[in-house]
Amino acid sequence: MIKNNRLSKEQYANNFSDIHPPFETKDAALVEANRCLFCYDAPCTKSCPTSIDVPKFIKQIATENIKGSAHTIFSSNIMGAGCSKVCPVEKLCEGACVYNLMEETPIHIAKLQRYATEIAMQKNWQLFQRKPSTGKKVAIVGAGPAGLSCAHVLSRNGIDVTVFEKESKGGGLMTYGIAAYKVTPQFCNDEVDYIVDIGGIDVKYNIELGKDITLAQLKKEFDAVYLGIGVGVARQLDIPGEKLEGVVDAIKFIYEIRANGFSTVPVGDKVAVIGMGMTAIDAATQAKRLGAKEVTLVYRRTEAEKPCTDVELDIARLDGVEVIWLAAPQKIKGARGKVKQLVCSVMQLGEPDASGRRSPVDTGETFTLDVDMVIKAAGQVPFEKLVGKLKIQNTKGKISIDENCATNIKGVFAGGDAVNGGKEVVDAVQAGKDGAAAIMNFLFHAKKQS
Amino acid sequence: MADISSNFLGIKSPNPFWLASAPPTDKKINVLRAFEAGWGGVVWKTLGSQVKNVSSRYSAVNFGAKKMMGFNNIELISDRPLDLNLKEIKECLKLFPDRAMVVSLMADNDRKSWHELIKKVEDTGAHGLELNFGCPHGMTERGMGAAVGQDPEIAKMVVEWVMEAATIPVITKLTPNVHSVVPTGKAVVEAGTNALSLINTIQSVTGINLDTLVPNPYVAGKSVFGGYCGPAVKPIALKMLTTIAQNPVTSKVPVSGIGGVSTWRDAVEFMLLGASNVQVCTAAMNHGFRIVEDMIEGMNNWMDEKGFKTLDDFIGKSVDKITHWEDLDINYHHIANINQDKCIHCGLCYIACEDTSHQSINIEYGKPYNTYTIKEDECVGCNLCQLVCPVNGCITMEEHRVAPEYLNWIEFQKRGLPLNDH
Repeated sequence: MIKNNRLSKEQYANNFSDIHPPFETKDAALVEANRCLFCYDAPCTKSCPTSIDVPKFIKQIATENIKGSAHTIFSSNIMGAGCSKVCPVEKLCEGACVYNLMEETPIHIAKLQRYATEIAMQKNWQLFQRKPSTGKKVAIVGAGPAGLSCAHVLSRNGIDVTVFEKESKGGGLMTYGIAAYKVTPQFCNDEVDYIVDIGGIDVKYNIELGKDITLAQLKKEFDAVYLGIGVGVARQLDIPGEKLEGVVDAIKFIYEIRANGFSTVPVGDKVAVIGMGMTAIDAATQAKRLGAKEVTLVYRRTEAEKPCTDVELDIARLDGVEVIWLAAPQKIKGARGKVKQLVCSVMQLGEPDASGRRSPVDTGETFTLDVDMVIKAAGQVPFEKLVGKLKIQNTKGKISIDENCATNIKGVFAGGDAVNGGKEVVDAVQAGKDGAAAIMNFLFHAKKQS
Repeated sequence: MADISSNFLGIKSPNPFWLASAPPTDKKINVLRAFEAGWGGVVWKTLGSQVKNVSSRYSAVNFGAKKMMGFNNIELISDRPLDLNLKEIKECLKLFPDRAMVVSLMADNDRKSWHELIKKVEDTGAHGLELNFGCPHGMTERGMGAAVGQDPEIAKMVVEWVMEAATIPVITKLTPNVHSVVPTGKAVVEAGTNALSLINTIQSVTGINLDTLVPNPYVAGKSVFGGYCGPAVKPIALKMLTTIAQNPVTSKVPVSGIGGVSTWRDAVEFMLLGASNVQVCTAAMNHGFRIVEDMIEGMNNWMDEKGFKTLDDFIGKSVDKITHWEDLDINYHHIANINQDKCIHCGLCYIACEDTSHQSINIEYGKPYNTYTIKEDECVGCNLCQLVCPVNGCITMEEHRVAPEYLNWIEFQKRGLPLNDH
């Protein structure tokens, strides 16, 4: 049965408390900071998509120059606070820490980054000053990580930015698409406020491109446009029974938890989650933490090909989530319009596909799971229709850009998930920085070149 | 098992680890706890004229996560009544007759005061006396402590007074607040002291509170120079000890080594450079008396491994290994080697060499790990890369002699050999 309000207030609070708690004391942070070797041309920095100077910011914690530490982080990544909570650091900075090569625990980089950035946010240290106004105006569509990162760099450089966001809150997937035990809605709000507080950034909420405003309008009113529109709904499974009551989109499911509160979100007794990416993990663990009795992750390849990290999978497993490898959903059976069973094909691995991973091949055998809810988390699809309507060159909805982050339309730039199809928050932040650099080049130098 | 019992001028102790004259040896309760923990002996905190101590007495220098790498104090000599100290010394001697009991003294600067003090202390049955010519703060302003130790003539005079009265062994403790400890050392040996001990603390300012701008330790908005000690001063103490051990006059008497001794390894080093035993203070103040357990065991195990049966088998063994620069072998050359299997690619060797040494490490950029190799032709063998490397045994210095025969700088010049050959 699918129902909400399964647990007590205390149980919810407990289940959704911070999964990576911060350092409890300054001393604890200092002990860890002092463990850092201060590597040269550091592997952690090189493994960060935004190239945060990790040894430098950690050294600054050790010298109790917290302001300097936060400045170092935010200079490279204005969402450094959020990234410290949601980054899969085990495959990025911490995964590259040289201590791994000594069979030692890597430096808790994320925890240290959180330490410095949280202090900066709590004290509302504004560490950047806007340059004098250049008189240029840029429109950004989407107040997610790419858009906000782009906006901040532009604003720092004296450009007036207007951000159009279709939701009522900023932060994008950070606010709407990530498990609540990683970042709280309050934190996401605070982070957006902290970024925007530099000034020169006007965020207009509940304004949707293609509905409330047109690209032509933006092009007319602004000197340049940046599209950081992200990706949309979960990929369709395209199998019978997908319309039954009880089949939900992982992003929507997570969004509701974030937007409406834990007790309001209905969850089944027996839940199947399709997919094995970060979103699938976030959906499965949260279904369990909302009170589902059984949750099963269904993935068509094996553990070796899974897109999530070991650390993420361990979170799900420790929550009691079951995992079935080499299983592809074939159809969803229902009764009286409601989900009753999920029928899966048993797969085996065949030849490597375009991603280099061995592709799953149907063996012809099937098995059936008794479930009352199916959560779809097999990737998200870009806004193909919207992008097509805007006449922007794209590949299956993913916006095509050149090496200058420019689309085929002059003065229109793009980046983040809308371009790459969906990567980490930290990748989107870097895309926003790249976009801002490209836009400034376009605004101040391009005329000389052309 | 090796025999680590010590005999210092006939003063016997089950091990060579004594507690130095300092706050931990100020009263009976501390000293009994020390003996129970296993310390071989104590030098009772300095007795002398009446003083009063202030509140806030210590401060420290931390290094990274390590607290108290260096430590200083502005405490004066014992501020307890002399009679009480004497009574407690007697009681301690009775309870632990097998431990060394030496009493530190600093009388007023006249013969009579010294003679009276010595008589009273000898009446307790103490085994030896240590003359405090080293205390660098407070007492110096009264013409005592380091003020005596800094002037060989005054030191000599005081030792002569002492030797007139003393019937038990006399150790003279030297101050490091001089350009060389040898002149005072020589003067007091010539005046008859039976032994030397060194070093006392070094005048210092450990740091300043960046909020109040008042240096440490804080006493009602002010501070004074304090006596510096702890692990940070060990290299200075070892150097001064060596000069005493190498001087023909001062090397005639036994030396008690002091200055940052924290572990059995430190103790062995002091003894290799000529100390017959060691005195410890800061390490005990940092961790408590229990540290002596590992000092005893560690020294014992090391001696067994090296085949030393008694302390005398290794005391002084490194003294002649410190020579004059002119006598060093210029034909000796070694070159760093990076073991690629052990390298963790932290780049610390590279940046140290590139920025501050001889640009002798090659970098091959990789993502995320760079590869570092030695440019053998450029390497001068300075050791810096090995010193900064966080992995034991990853960087080794390998011998590549320039020529097989010994060649020193004087001979090098005589032969007119070329300079800057690398």
